[in-house]
Amino acid sequence: MNAIAAPADASASALDTVPKLLLHNARLYGSRPAFREKAFGIWQTWTWGQTKDEIEAFAVGLKLLGLEAGDTVAIIGDNRPHLYWAFCAAQSLGAIPVPVYQDSVAEEMAYVLKHAEVKYAIVEDQEQADKVLSVAGDVGTIRKIIYNDPRGLQRYDPNDLVSIESVQEAGRKALKADPGVRKAWLDGIAAGKGSDVSVVLYTSGTTGRPKGVMLTQENVVVSGRNANLFDHFTPDDTMIAYLPMAWVGDHIFSYGQAYAGALCVSCPESPDTISEDRREIGPTYFFAPPRVFENMLTQIMVRMEDAGWLKKAIFNYFLKVARRVGEPMLDGRPVPLADRLRYRLGDLLVYAPLRNRMGFSNLRVAYTAGEAIGPELFSFFRSLGMNLKQLYGQTEASVFITLQPNGEVYPETVGKPGPDVEIRIAENGEVLFKSPGVFLRYYKNDEATAETKTPDGWVHTGDAGFIDQRGHLRIIDRAKDVGRLTDGTLFAPKYIENRLKFYPEIKEAVAIGHGRDFVTVLLNIDLTSVGNWAERNNVIYASYQELAAHPEVYAIIERRIDELNKSLAAEEMVAGSQIHRFLILHKELDADDGELTRTLKVRRSFIAERYAPLIAALYDGSPRCQIKTEVTFEDGRKGVIEGDVKIVDMKTYPAVKAALREAAE
Amino acid sequence: MKADIQERSGAAAAAHALSDRVIGDVLLSVENVSLAFGGVKAISDVSFDIRKGEIRAIIGPNGAGKTSMLNVINGFYHPNEGTITFKGTRRRDMRPYIAASQGISRTFQNLALFKGMTTLDNIMAGRALKMRRGLLWQALHWGPALAEEIRHREAVEKIIDFLEIQHIRKAPVGKLPYGLQKRVELGRALAMEPELLLLDEPMAGMNLEEKKDMSRYILTVNDQLGTTVALIEHDMGVVMDISDRVVVLEYGRKIADGTPEEVQRNQRVIDAYLGISH
Repeated sequence: MNAIAAPADASASALDTVPKLLLHNARLYGSRPAFREKAFGIWQTWTWGQTKDEIEAFAVGLKLLGLEAGDTVAIIGDNRPHLYWAFCAAQSLGAIPVPVYQDSVAEEMAYVLKHAEVKYAIVEDQEQADKVLSVAGDVGTIRKIIYNDPRGLQRYDPNDLVSIESVQEAGRKALKADPGVRKAWLDGIAAGKGSDVSVVLYTSGTTGRPKGVMLTQENVVVSGRNANLFDHFTPDDTMIAYLPMAWVGDHIFSYGQAYAGALCVSCPESPDTISEDRREIGPTYFFAPPRVFENMLTQIMVRMEDAGWLKKAIFNYFLKVARRVGEPMLDGRPVPLADRLRYRLGDLLVYAPLRNRMGFSNLRVAYTAGEAIGPELFSFFRSLGMNLKQLYGQTEASVFITLQPNGEVYPETVGKPGPDVEIRIAENGEVLFKSPGVFLRYYKNDEATAETKTPDGWVHTGDAGFIDQRGHLRIIDRAKDVGRLTDGTLFAPKYIENRLKFYPEIKEAVAIGHGRDFVTVLLNIDLTSVGNWAERNNVIYASYQELAAHPEVYAIIERRIDELNKSLAAEEMVAGSQIHRFLILHKELDADDGELTRTLKVRRSFIAERYAPLIAALYDGSPRCQIKTEVTFEDGRKGVIEGDVKIVDMKTYPAVKAALREAAE
Repeated sequence: MKADIQERSGAAAAAHALSDRVIGDVLLSVENVSLAFGGVKAISDVSFDIRKGEIRAIIGPNGAGKTSMLNVINGFYHPNEGTITFKGTRRRDMRPYIAASQGISRTFQNLALFKGMTTLDNIMAGRALKMRRGLLWQALHWGPALAEEIRHREAVEKIIDFLEIQHIRKAPVGKLPYGLQKRVELGRALAMEPELLLLDEPMAGMNLEEKKDMSRYILTVNDQLGTTVALIEHDMGVVMDISDRVVVLEYGRKIADGTPEEVQRNQRVIDAYLGISH
């Protein structure tokens, strides 16, 4: 049993709810920017003082509309200051905001609105208002829709819809007319407790209906505060809010952290202008899933392809320098003076302009999470001097479970437990955690709550992982996909496959091993990358099949797998999963043939059936195997591909003993 | 996503139909207009009117003289016979720039944007007639000229926001997809704050989603700014959905005029137009 506890550093505080933090920030940082939004081409700013006034008017107006403590309020739309204020306005009255994904269709929305028994819906514009209106009858509990952008809504029935502006106006009038109104509002905030439910976040749920995760005020506030401590955020830091408000990440970053640390949140002009707006704002704190970084890299590379030869030469030279010394310099490790100077020059000529282009000139910390990020992609951004790190989290944890500390960033891990977080690995490899962010329960779903949360407060993540010798958590697979070899060794197919796919020559991989004596893999080569190599080395080929069977291609892949086996041997948990035998498939796995899902995920069981002869050959020791496969062409016709597939035996390495490593450290 | 759009523009159309829009007096009337190019008669003896605040559609098969009609209205062509009365003033010979300064603006079937200029500059160009400062002042870009530009930029930004084209504000229009270029052209026409907006096939070459968006923009312009709209369009669904009255031309002659329902029931229209296409 591995148990690791991070040093506790949660300062007990009277500021245990977001509305209390609002008043606190308005007092301390009244004239500092809290929110920015680009409207009509110009950035508009609201200070914390103004934000407090806006939220106060909004809250009082909502109360006049009939909103009461305990009511649920749906919030639907792109990231807009008014919608962020809606969260705090509702919470200041003891009501519970329920953000809904703005791109969900009306039927999906109906489920959440109905399940949460929403009384009021605060929406961005006509599009969202129409969706809510179309399902309001079905939901049954909605009393009023409150909108931000009036365009197209003038002719709608005012009994159904009112504008945020008019709600605030009514609030302002009431505040002016009777000083007791303000006092009542402030008293309401003072009476709020950290244990109050602050928000219900619906998880998108790949299987079954979405579940409503209830977070308390303390969950959000303490998670935000701890994250700010971890990366030393101050009110000088600023971020751009562009990820869905219904996603826990945005709620903690742009709401929890922003209020806990009085950071400034900027809202883009429209979802299509984010990269331009990011350049103008220059955030110091940024989060994006790996694919966003991937797109940025592709864009840079495509543009460089069109550049003149001199620019290209400079770019390529300094990129090489960055690859060698960029990361060590970022981590503060020693680097020879000559390289330091080279890097400085590169910074002047290449890295700084690139960072500027992407809007990262002022960046201090960037995080990525959600899926495995390719080590090359990760290193590319880090070598340019960007402090890009990974974290691991989930809605049930108020995001943070582990984070990579500065100077301890390894692409294959997701970091160390965050402040006040404890993690533990169960017998079956599943990661469990305990933290101040642990959710209260699932809304109206005690069965699921009991399955996920143990009575003593540990939460099952559903992910399998292990803690490496540096104390970093590594996630290897979904816990339910993890199998065992016959000798009982853990076998995480996705982990092996992802490691393989990080090699540019390998496009797809299917690892087999559950209930077997050892691990084998079926591979697809990457036609672009290997084809490129073939062109440069005068290897002639006519088809994928021919290239895939080429002895030299086999040799390349063999070297790669040997490399991987060596590195697997050094990881205690997966050392037993070294690849014993592999083959390169005679055809590319294809969604048209049912081998991949439409989102290009491998369909393991289907492949096991379809390629049963190959898999049998992988385990019976034969050096080749004949296979005949039916394929579907793009026009729907069927054909047969026949092939003679070579199977290669790999060398495996003894697992490096943990004890030795400890001694070495 | 598509379903929402359908719903959205459906709701917008419904709200439009229910609205208490005031359709007022005749804004423009065309009386006995004929136009010939040499021996080719493009328009023969056509009369109809456009009332203040309405959406008026001009439809007809290819070569019916629809675009010629628009060109006559905004003074690009001069009719051989007949008169046009705009805001109570009868006239025969009209120059496009005078039409423009009196409040008629238009878009073109084949787009007439400044391809190398940005969206912003193209729409700014629509404000040219409203700029008071001369070339010298503008070149100085200082004092009153700067204040004027800021004022006009504000108006342009409202249009950019309305048409949801913020993301292409600084992009050269020549590189934009067709549907977006159409939107920019509408933006430029709107920048003149026209009383009468002439749209020549605003939805040609658009996909369903873009058409729905464009319908929504036209309805909103008409609804909220009270702009009178005259449009030529081939998509019958759109025409019947958004227009108040429809005039039908065939071989340069008017064969029907009335509400969408009336026109749809008219046997001559069915024979001439709808009949053939089915």
